[in-house]
Amino acid sequence: MNNLLFLVPIAIGMGLVGLASFFWAMRNSQFDDLDGAAARILIDDEDEDEIDSSGKRTGDSG
Amino acid sequence: MNAPAREEAPGTCSVLNVPGMHCAGCMAKVERAFGNLPGVTSARANLTARSVEVIHDGQVQIPQIVDALAAVGFEAQPREDIAPPPSAVKPLLAPLAVAAFAGMNVMLLSVSVWAGAGGATRDLFHWISALIAVPAIAYSGRPFFTSAWAALKKWTTNMDVPISIGVILATALSFYEVVTGGKDAWFDGTLMLLVFLLIGRVLDAMMRDRARAGVDALLRQAANGATVVDDSGLTGWVEARRLAPGMVMRVSSGERLAADGTILSGTSSFDQSLLTGESAPVPVGPGADVLAGTLNLDAPVDVRVTATGHGTALAEIAQLMEAASQSKSAYVRVADRAARLYAPAVHTLAALAFVGWMIAGAGLYKSLVVAIAVLIITCPCALGLAVPVAQVVAAGALMKRGIMVKDGSALERMAGVDRALLDKTGTLTMGRPVPDPATIEAMGVEEAAVALALASNSKHPLSRGLAAALSARGVRAETLANVHEEPGRGLTALWHGRTVSLGRPERGEGTASVLAIDGSPPRLIRFADALRPDAAEALARLSALHVEASILSGDAPEAVAEVAGQTGLAGRGGVSPAAKQDATIALQQAGHKVLMVGDGLNDGPALMKADASMAPGSASDVGLHSADLVFTGDSLLAIPRAVRAARATMAVVKQNFALAVIYNVLAVPLAMAGMVTPLIAAVAMSASSLLVVGNSLRLVRAAK
Repeated sequence: MNNLLFLVPIAIGMGLVGLASFFWAMRNSQFDDLDGAAARILIDDEDEDEIDSSGKRTGDSG
Repeated sequence: MNAPAREEAPGTCSVLNVPGMHCAGCMAKVERAFGNLPGVTSARANLTARSVEVIHDGQVQIPQIVDALAAVGFEAQPREDIAPPPSAVKPLLAPLAVAAFAGMNVMLLSVSVWAGAGGATRDLFHWISALIAVPAIAYSGRPFFTSAWAALKKWTTNMDVPISIGVILATALSFYEVVTGGKDAWFDGTLMLLVFLLIGRVLDAMMRDRARAGVDALLRQAANGATVVDDSGLTGWVEARRLAPGMVMRVSSGERLAADGTILSGTSSFDQSLLTGESAPVPVGPGADVLAGTLNLDAPVDVRVTATGHGTALAEIAQLMEAASQSKSAYVRVADRAARLYAPAVHTLAALAFVGWMIAGAGLYKSLVVAIAVLIITCPCALGLAVPVAQVVAAGALMKRGIMVKDGSALERMAGVDRALLDKTGTLTMGRPVPDPATIEAMGVEEAAVALALASNSKHPLSRGLAAALSARGVRAETLANVHEEPGRGLTALWHGRTVSLGRPERGEGTASVLAIDGSPPRLIRFADALRPDAAEALARLSALHVEASILSGDAPEAVAEVAGQTGLAGRGGVSPAAKQDATIALQQAGHKVLMVGDGLNDGPALMKADASMAPGSASDVGLHSADLVFTGDSLLAIPRAVRAARATMAVVKQNFALAVIYNVLAVPLAMAGMVTPLIAAVAMSASSLLVVGNSLRLVRAAK
């Protein structure tokens, strides 16, 4: 019983953190463009890399 | 580049619609289009809304942004309303999250109770459950409570009434149990019910959001405005809303009129098919009246505006549509019709259980518990999910095939149709001139390459049609020099020192143009408004589905007769918008369920009046607004495909109802006998919901 007294609040608190983070994400328009979010993973980030004349990238794209 | 969406950047934020963006590659191109445009801080593309949000300083003007996007190959229009269209999903996400969080935690505590926690521990767990569940139910049940209350105020019931009654009574009883230290609490089952139902709602809303976004993107492709010439000869772009009678519009060839008016100068011919269904171009000269929505074909003309917006020409159509829209809203969805049977039955059973146990002398409290157990176990879950899940799966399958379902009830109404009325111009036919395939076949490789190079330099509808047909055959354009277009005459250019031209034939040859290459005989290319591909196949499939089709067109009877001959359908020509609507009503009164397929303004009233309606993506904005389903792409196969998918959906919905009824027949006696514990209720409810969802998933291949 004594264990329960602090284990149950911890469990519920963890759940609340999850719920709060979901609300935070929703408020920050993370759910505005679900299709776009799925597609973004396919975009190569080439814009920080300069392409030199030999056609090789100078940036370190790992 | 990929700045966070809400970055507090200095400067202004402009939102532009980019309808052509549909993949990751497009997004990257759009976001990087402004790399060498100084003054642009960041650009973020939104693929769902097909738009891009550009943060820039005051130096940058909208036209520069549009040009930068055009340079990477995307058409863009500035969005008039900065606020995004209201989403149906967003208000439901928070209730779903709360219900799911609370449901999981309460379920953990309930499992401990079921596992044998007793005495003080059980009471503690029940109290914690109540503290989590009561606020959560109050918050996440709101979508159902408000809808149920609205129905009750009108003295009707819908699906939300039994749901709300069950949820509220179960919560109240559980709370009483907790306060009195009883042994059963139903919070877990109640929350789970809400979670399942909210999932159904969210899916339903997602489907509608997605279809609406697609239709919005199509609507925005229509140019809404005109180039206006003032007295000093300066020209400027004016949005359609701001056009006023007396202004003078300069309308180039290939442009649609934004307002009604009278031609001041210039002669040309106008395509009125979107307005009246007439496919033959109408020659016009100074003094002639021209209507908004018609397309200028040949040469630029100056038009003095006489009426704007929903002015004179559209007034009649608008009135007819207004009247027809009321009959459509009277349709009762199948879920609500089921609820009208289901709610009284369930509530009667619960009342019977209560009275029966009272007579048997079990006491008020025990009788009430049994009655509420009946309400909970008859779980409107399966019933509440039966319709939306099936419709969402089917709509998703149709979406992949380029058919947008604007509303779930459209699939219900579509399933019953047995008559189809098809508009001709733009629906059965492409609604745009297509070059004669035999002529295209006969062209040499070089000849075709020159023709494509010439045609792609013009906005004239014939040139566009020729360019599209040649590109579709994989022709690569030649490089030309000195390309010059003379409005109303045609294009000339130099190709390896030889003069080449594409222009109007000398004599009246119908709709045709002449390709001339210096040193070889000129070639006459005839154009016709061709039938859509697969028209014959689509009509055959429709009749296999026992849907009898006929043509109903505003075009000249001769033109209709020709298409009727090609398709073997009966056809009527020269039908006015009001007559189209009357024809629909006449069929309905004869006991038919009518599907109307049309694209024009003149089809609007009939689209509204018909039991179900479809429009091609190339339709006028009135057509897109009033149709239940919109299909993109050229193939007419979309029509039988949608009918078949709708029927499959209704079949699955009926199976789902049957499953729910069977489940209730098994569960209700247990509840009436007072043998249902919260554990049994939870298991039975989830099992029935999963069964219904699983059955609906079979519709994934519905749009074959």
